[in-house]
Amino acid sequence: MPLLDVQDLSVVFARRGEKPFTAVDNLSFTVEPGQTVGLVGESGCGKSVTSLAIMGLLPRRGVRVSGRVLFEGADLLALRPEDMRDRRGRDIGMIFQDPLSSLNPVVPIGLQVAEVVERHFGRTRKAAMVEARDLLDAVGIPDPQRRLKEYPHQISGGMRQRALIAIALACKPRLLIADEPTTALDVTIQAQILTLLRQLVVDSDTALVLITHDLGVVAGLCDVVNVLYAGKVVETGTRHDLFANPRHPYTHGLLGSVPRLDSPRGERLTPIRGSVADNIPWAEGCAFAPRCDRVNDACIGDTVPLEAAPHGRLRCTNPVPQEVGV
Amino acid sequence: MLRVIVRRLLQLAVTLFALSILVFVWLRSLPGGPVDAMLGDRATPERRALLVKALGYDQPILVQYWRFLQRTLVGDFGASTRSGDSVLSVLGRAFPATIELTVAAMIIAVGLGVPLGYLAARYRGRMPDNLSVVGTLVGISIPIFFLGYLLKDVFTQHLHWFPPSGRISIGMDNTHVTGFFVLDGILTREWDASADAIWHLILPAATLATIPLAVIVRITRASVLDVLNEDYVRTAEAKGLRAKVVRQRHVLRNALLPVVTTIGLQTGALLAGAVLTEKVFNWGGLGTEITNSISGSRDYPVLQAVLMLAAIVFIVVNLLVDLSYAVIDPRVRVR
Ligand SMILES: Nc1ncnc2c1ncn2[C@@H]1O[C@H](COP(=O)(O)OP(=O)(O)O)[C@@H](O)[C@H]1O
Ligand SMILES: [Mg+2]
Repeated sequence: MPLLDVQDLSVVFARRGEKPFTAVDNLSFTVEPGQTVGLVGESGCGKSVTSLAIMGLLPRRGVRVSGRVLFEGADLLALRPEDMRDRRGRDIGMIFQDPLSSLNPVVPIGLQVAEVVERHFGRTRKAAMVEARDLLDAVGIPDPQRRLKEYPHQISGGMRQRALIAIALACKPRLLIADEPTTALDVTIQAQILTLLRQLVVDSDTALVLITHDLGVVAGLCDVVNVLYAGKVVETGTRHDLFANPRHPYTHGLLGSVPRLDSPRGERLTPIRGSVADNIPWAEGCAFAPRCDRVNDACIGDTVPLEAAPHGRLRCTNPVPQEVGV
Repeated sequence: MLRVIVRRLLQLAVTLFALSILVFVWLRSLPGGPVDAMLGDRATPERRALLVKALGYDQPILVQYWRFLQRTLVGDFGASTRSGDSVLSVLGRAFPATIELTVAAMIIAVGLGVPLGYLAARYRGRMPDNLSVVGTLVGISIPIFFLGYLLKDVFTQHLHWFPPSGRISIGMDNTHVTGFFVLDGILTREWDASADAIWHLILPAATLATIPLAVIVRITRASVLDVLNEDYVRTAEAKGLRAKVVRQRHVLRNALLPVVTTIGLQTGALLAGAVLTEKVFNWGGLGTEITNSISGSRDYPVLQAVLMLAAIVFIVVNLLVDLSYAVIDPRVRVR
């Protein structure tokens, strides 16, 4: 049984007087215990909304969530809010994009870490503080005893993200969701944080859902990658297959716009033309069609189904040809 | 921190000096004066001149101010030209009365305003929020004078729930220690006196509290709405913390920062409102002294002292607010 099994998850934002907007559209993917799974796609394709839906953190009003989010077989969407509260932070931890704004500016770091173990492990404040110190130590924060009393503005961006990782992993969750964990950080720090994340999830056998718009981040970490476009999965595959031989033109385009170490110096990156705004609704064909170089008649008219492919799943009528010898 | 306090106290001294000149000159530029008030219309010019000379009002205003400053600096604030009581004894009576009233009003405003503002934000766009919008609008726009008489009429004349005026029941032989009646009752264990003083406080304090209450509800609401959208609140929810912990440690602790600032600014409004409230409820505080000393009698010494004292209270409260702000918000450095 997969650890996390997201089935036909849809999230529709519907405010009174506004046209409903489908941010996540019948999305399905699975995460095996200990596995690292990437959710990749351009900004606005529904990655964050997906993670918030899994965590039960979407606003209750003006949002319709449907489908199933099975965690160890139990549907999280069907849980009472209070039961979900018991699981958040204990079974599933989460790291957000901006470490500065994600930490409370007026609460000391120590308490922000300690309160999670206090809550879920029933520790006393004193015992929780000792644990908090060890946790900060484990994520590579120097002089953790002193940091306990410091406030977020007193430490660097990289340290803040380490503190947030310590918080998310404090209760040894079986699943960690990291939403763009390095996007707000300096390039040099990004690599350090990714290395730390990989080391921690491997050591503790925690499954990781890594959300990013940056295929470079996925390359180093993920076992399996789901490529999202306009709220739907367009391609799934192992990291190796996907990088070696992307079949969906969108994945292909994403790879073409990533700087690679082995690409010849001076070679131009080729960004995908157009923007996400140029979509057509999935009901009327492939949402990516208006931007696609391989578009043909079959792309327009009906929803293009997600079908099993040799390397995983693919939603395309005219995929990039399989490279010979791969 | 200590250096900050010392510097701020020096600023206070300079401000007070400037203000004392302003008030001094302003009072003497008003038509009429204490001498007219003391002698009435039919005094002979000779008697008039004698009194003017005795009080020193014949001197140039600079000389008058210089003498006033000299006396004030050695702690001699003079005597009321109206009653002859020393200014210190007038203040000793009136100051605790007003402070007790304003503190009670502030307790009501904060104690009700913060929870109501939180509820309005929490149920944004629904019943509690709509009620708060209407309620605060009424609270801000209703004249204190009118509200005071209305409450008095309903709760004392018709319902007889509260006493109509004064700070304590006639015949209540309470011991005076600090002049704050509620506090005195507690200190001397005269509980009945404390209870009686509180009973007298409720209506005037409620009257005085309306404007700050409305302001605090609105500020708390807006501030909570801002904070609810903050990433760190989402982090707190992602930790699975209990709703109460999220609310108190993560939402309110941040949302209250702007409210604390308001408390300082509202002190000014409270002192101004106290003048009207004290009139309605015959309270006998600084406001009453101002009303009595300015109309007709032009009691320069009392007016000068009361206005300066009000300024001191305002400045000191705002200093305290700034200092406590630095304690609550670690990012703030006070200057
Ligand atoms: N609270 C909300 N109300 C309305 N629309 C939203 C809300 N949150 C996100 N969206 C929309 O849903 C889409 C997906 O957003 P998101 O999941 O944040 O994208 P990303 O893949 O960059 O994380 C975007 O078009 C965004 O505008
Ligand atoms: Mg996002």
